[in-house]
Amino acid sequence: MRLTFTLTRFHPERDAHPRDEDYRLEVNRGMTVLDALIRIKNEQDGTLSLRYSCRSAICGSCAMKINGTEKLACRTSIRKELERHGQIRVAPLGNLPVIKDLAVDMSSFWSKIKDVTPWLSRPAHNSTVQPSPQSTSPQDSDQFHNVDACIMCGACVAACTSHEVSRDFAGPAALAKADRFIADPREPQAAKRARLVQLEQPHGIWDCTRCNFCVEVCPKDVKPMEAIIRLRRAAIEAGLTSTGGARHITGFVELVQKEGRLNEALMPLKVIGLNLGRLLHVLPLGIRMLLKGKVPNPLAPPIAGIAQVRTIFTQLRQRTKPS
Amino acid sequence: MPLRYALYPGCAAKGATPELHQSTMAVIGRLGIEVVELAAASCCGAGVVGEADPEAALALNARTFAQAEQLGLDVMTICGTCQGVMGAANKRLKQEPAVLERVNRVLERDGMAYRGTVQVKHLLWIVVKEVGLQRLAEQVRVPMDEFRIAPFYGCYILRPSWDLGFDDPENPTSLEKVIRTVKGEPVAYAGRTKCCGFPIILEKEAIAITMAGTNMKDAKDEGADFMVTPCPLCHMSLDIYQERAGKAVHANLSLPILHLPQLLGLAMGVPPKDLGLSRHLVPVDSIIRVTEQRRTQQRLA
Repeated sequence: MRLTFTLTRFHPERDAHPRDEDYRLEVNRGMTVLDALIRIKNEQDGTLSLRYSCRSAICGSCAMKINGTEKLACRTSIRKELERHGQIRVAPLGNLPVIKDLAVDMSSFWSKIKDVTPWLSRPAHNSTVQPSPQSTSPQDSDQFHNVDACIMCGACVAACTSHEVSRDFAGPAALAKADRFIADPREPQAAKRARLVQLEQPHGIWDCTRCNFCVEVCPKDVKPMEAIIRLRRAAIEAGLTSTGGARHITGFVELVQKEGRLNEALMPLKVIGLNLGRLLHVLPLGIRMLLKGKVPNPLAPPIAGIAQVRTIFTQLRQRTKPS
Repeated sequence: MPLRYALYPGCAAKGATPELHQSTMAVIGRLGIEVVELAAASCCGAGVVGEADPEAALALNARTFAQAEQLGLDVMTICGTCQGVMGAANKRLKQEPAVLERVNRVLERDGMAYRGTVQVKHLLWIVVKEVGLQRLAEQVRVPMDEFRIAPFYGCYILRPSWDLGFDDPENPTSLEKVIRTVKGEPVAYAGRTKCCGFPIILEKEAIAITMAGTNMKDAKDEGADFMVTPCPLCHMSLDIYQERAGKAVHANLSLPILHLPQLLGLAMGVPPKDLGLSRHLVPVDSIIRVTEQRRTQQRLA
């Protein structure tokens, strides 16, 4: 079967804008998008740039945008793409600068990984604290197995909607890597806390909107967003509860436990607290909402059967935190 | 034979977006849907309760499912976020007997139990699959053929796809199908499956409104007259924060945002006052002017 491949071409030193270029290619059953790209480069246009190596979904080099979604080209079947989208369009990963054509500059990706110090900390020499265990049990390593499966392909960072508008965001790959060290019993407690203090800063764990794009596109099922959620929980459990993000969670849970439902009239107070400047910032919207009948009664009674809801919270708390 | 569901309105439709509940109740009869509202249901947790305490979030939802189970009905959601959270919780409760047992041990203190027999379905899915587009087409009184309509799915009704299993997350079609059935023209634009920013809008407003603004600007640049969304949290971000979002992306947006049932209602000839359209912060007059003109012409004809 002869197919058209529409590839995004861009040579930043020469071109003002990226452009689409079509290539026609005879394809066989079972071919991957990477097979086709290599043939296009070898047989039709040697100027096409792309990055690849293992061709077996291990090295993480060939992540690109295929029909709008971040995928490993070596693992993407042409037939399935065609069935799903009726076309094959290939573009470089988003959110990262293009070096040329389908190859992007991963330096910001790597520096963000480095920023989370992706290695175990050593306890200080004169430390009097109980030394951390030197090995992990199979149950422990189960906990970070998913995160260790990361092949650093960059698909999650390219798909991240928060990163798209805020390039300083640490991003899903680096945060998932950080979570792995919080879960590791060999990491000293003080070092874990220091990590969490760093991660709760602006551009850290609280910038994630939980859009699930990273979970959806990850070729190795790392589920970075779930790692970010574990980090947030760890931060709150470590008493780091003053950020807006942490207050959002604790305030939300308080409201649901008390009323059974969320009350949007009370949420800003829970998140912002008594910060006058920030309250004045949301007030104009609150007034406009009030005039449109969009502010729920802050004194509304709890839902019917609220006792059951409270039982759920108290029972589980007793179970998870034996005193 | 009407389709019957246990309606789970969710907090937003009973709180800051009451027009969603109002418009839902105004349109379902015409689609052959009857509902029993789950009045004693709690918040689904919106993914936030689960961040603090995953087991509590599962138990809250199991409690809601148990109420629907007692009625012998499946749950109908009208919020994309509720759908995502409740769908994922239900899947986990059904697939992991140990989890269900733990949760039931908490529920049984109040004489409740969930057996795992309920399904959770969003109104959008029900319209496409169970009501059927044919029936919707038969109910259209005011074709929306003058409008280019931007579908905005939001996150939780699409991702993670293995917890939802309705639309293709890479290329969803259900909103487009509904838009075409009411004779509107769906707008293709980059933001239709992206995030509205709402979950962090109170604490990280600059990031959230830039996300919302970028998506709306994309839609507007592709010629959208208005946007339609199946999620009230997206609606809050896109409607309530639109002025600020416009400033963040240096664009004059003035893009009306409709809830899904409001679009259905306008197309089926439901009077605008029954759809709560006056509650929006971004005026929808430009749409109502056209649909009311059509309705008057029809009455005269």
